[in-house]
Amino acid sequence: MANGTIAVEGKTAEVDFYHVKGKYKGILSWLLTTDHKRIGLMYLSSMTVFFLSAMTLGVLMRLEMLTPGETIMSAQTYNSFFTLHGVIMIFLFIIPGVPAVFGNFILPIQLGAKDVQFPRLNLLSWYLYMIGGGLAIFSLFVGSGIADTGWTFYVPFSIRTTTNVSLTVFAAFVLGFSSILTGLNFLTTIHRLRCPGMTWFRMPLFVWAIYATSWIQVLATPVIGITLLLVILERAFGIGVFDPTLGGDPLLYQHLFWIYSHPAVYIMVLPAMGVVSEIIPTFAKKPIFGYVPIAISSLGIALVGYLVWGHHMFSSGISDTSRVIFSLLTFIVALPSGIKVFNWVATLYKGSIDVTAPMLFTLLFIFIFSIGGLTGLVLGALNTDIFLTDTYFVVGHFHYVMFGGMGLIFFASLHYWFPKMYGKMYNEKVAKVAAYWIGIGFNVLYFPMFIMGYLGMPRRYYDYLPEFQTYHIISTVGSWILVSGILVMVFNLINGIRNGKKTTDNPWGGTTLEWTVPSPPPLENFEEIPTVTTGPYDHTHIHKQEVKN
Amino acid sequence: MRPSIINEVDTTFWIITGISIVLLLIITVAMLYFVFKYNKKRNPVPENIEGNTTLEVIWTIIPIILVLYMFFVSWSGFRNMRDFPKDAMVVKVTGQMWKWTFEYDTKKKSDTLMLPHNKDIKFDITSIDVLHSFYMPHFRTKEDAVPGRINHYWIRTADLGTYYVACAEYCGLNHSYMYAPVKVIPEEEFEIWKNTLPADTTKKDTSAVKKDSLSSSGSVTDSTKMNKDTLKTGIKTDSIKKSPASDMKKPDTLKK
Repeated sequence: MANGTIAVEGKTAEVDFYHVKGKYKGILSWLLTTDHKRIGLMYLSSMTVFFLSAMTLGVLMRLEMLTPGETIMSAQTYNSFFTLHGVIMIFLFIIPGVPAVFGNFILPIQLGAKDVQFPRLNLLSWYLYMIGGGLAIFSLFVGSGIADTGWTFYVPFSIRTTTNVSLTVFAAFVLGFSSILTGLNFLTTIHRLRCPGMTWFRMPLFVWAIYATSWIQVLATPVIGITLLLVILERAFGIGVFDPTLGGDPLLYQHLFWIYSHPAVYIMVLPAMGVVSEIIPTFAKKPIFGYVPIAISSLGIALVGYLVWGHHMFSSGISDTSRVIFSLLTFIVALPSGIKVFNWVATLYKGSIDVTAPMLFTLLFIFIFSIGGLTGLVLGALNTDIFLTDTYFVVGHFHYVMFGGMGLIFFASLHYWFPKMYGKMYNEKVAKVAAYWIGIGFNVLYFPMFIMGYLGMPRRYYDYLPEFQTYHIISTVGSWILVSGILVMVFNLINGIRNGKKTTDNPWGGTTLEWTVPSPPPLENFEEIPTVTTGPYDHTHIHKQEVKN
Repeated sequence: MRPSIINEVDTTFWIITGISIVLLLIITVAMLYFVFKYNKKRNPVPENIEGNTTLEVIWTIIPIILVLYMFFVSWSGFRNMRDFPKDAMVVKVTGQMWKWTFEYDTKKKSDTLMLPHNKDIKFDITSIDVLHSFYMPHFRTKEDAVPGRINHYWIRTADLGTYYVACAEYCGLNHSYMYAPVKVIPEEEFEIWKNTLPADTTKKDTSAVKKDSLSSSGSVTDSTKMNKDTLKTGIKTDSIKKSPASDMKKPDTLKK
């Protein structure tokens, strides 16, 4: 690894963004900040709390599944737990995760900008996020019971249940605005604030991925907003849009829900793919293989991703013709993801590969995400989906794609940009041990779910037939391995923030603009707005620089 | 003789899974090999490769062919699933929280799904409250029970035996207890059963499954078939505590 830096030497006189003196001091200097880096870190800390609580719910659910019948909780509690686990993980971690934290912190620097286009709107997005999260938590303690509908809020159940669905749904509604405004902010930033020389095809692929994601956020999120509002109105006034007893149509809800929620899957996973396209060139020390195909495939996924929502409804009673069309389109949307995977692997060819902690997480991602993607083919196929949908096979597939896709890359991003964010370094050995640990736990936890699903274990089951118990035991043990690995990783990172060794501006030998500024960066990132003359992953440039130094 | 849905689903599953395993192996082995071969210790100087159009075309075209092949295999299986035999016996299936009711052309109602051996059966599936999903793992098929509409699927009862129906669409407190036994019996026996009084044998409580209704003569070889002991221990009817009405707003009866 190159320990030489390409940053302009001797410019450390400028105060980093943590220590810069502003209008406000102490906690207010964070709560009233408009600095994209501080906002990114505020997202990170609140998100960590949400993630760890939803993870705890998940572990408790797995513990409940250790034996058939009641193990530690009642059926009603279990139903509330999987609803909460889903709502928190999806709406507060997976959807905002990478864009809110790393998009905010890194994207403006990668573009050579001083901040996002609308810094105040950016702060408002964070407040909306916190209000939405707060409402979701508030809904646990008021009304008659915790929502028990599952994160999909399917009608008519969500209309009939007496639990506190309206408030939980409203929380998701507020979170939607946070998502829309963040997307809008990034879109304008990417269009307006690229530094001189930063043409579209010189943008880092992370920026391309966030760009595609932002379009989905802006265009698809309003649909779910209105849909959730209709659920609240239906519950309060019985307006008869979804309720079949009033002439409404439950399938209409499913259409509207998935018109947003399927593209949302790509809101979750596209930014993660962008990060992978950053990490691999850095540690293979060569340009990404097929820059243009990767950039275009991000847009392709965003576009075709709009047209496949029906595959969530293959057994719901939609017409046979629409099932066939949705199935064909689903197979087509698999292609750009596949192309990305091939390009990433090809980037390794004839590189000079350094398997650091972020790289290890990324390699793990390629393996696990491939399993997630490939099991998606079975679910995109018509007759096998009708057999496997709503079973544990789907639960397994979903976690391989979402947790294996977005979650692992969130961890990779943390390790990759950690030195930039904190100016310090975590313990590399512990980080690698944690990565292997997480990889093993992950597969022990989620792989048995494919087998259970094939054998006929339906999802969202509080109780099950004893023939499934062996698999449930394995899966539960896996959850313990996975969680202990995550805890080791979290403690290692926290310890790195407190006691880590000081690091250089460019510890990995990265080539994108964030590695040219000090770690941590100063308030407005650049003393002088840079001019870009090459593509984002030009390692020949680095070599010449190192020789000169 | 039409191909069996069970076989077609299993074949499609293993074709797609087989291709997937090969692809996964190619990706993983290539990745590990490159990481090993081009490690920075073995290969300190990287080569500046920015891409290769031929390769991009190859790994776009081959996956297109593969997914189209998978699509056609599954489509032909799906067409068989949706092409309802004209002479099929019709059973009306009604889901409610949390039990299944099966109604036959003789107006006989039952909460055990009795089926004649070696027949094509078509199901008319609906629900009277929330969404359910009529799922028979052994027959590899499911379809949601949606209030206000009737969905269909068909099966062929090729083997005698006892299987089960499970609910696969989350429907509240006792979702995981919403099983019903399925018995495939010889046709003569079935005809007698169907025409015997009392016409309505459904239990008037919420517990979907009764232990005594599961005594079976069928051989249990398939893991998706219902096992007698399994049901006894697996579904504790006494653990179903609440009645549907206590937890939910009263679902109004559907306006037809």
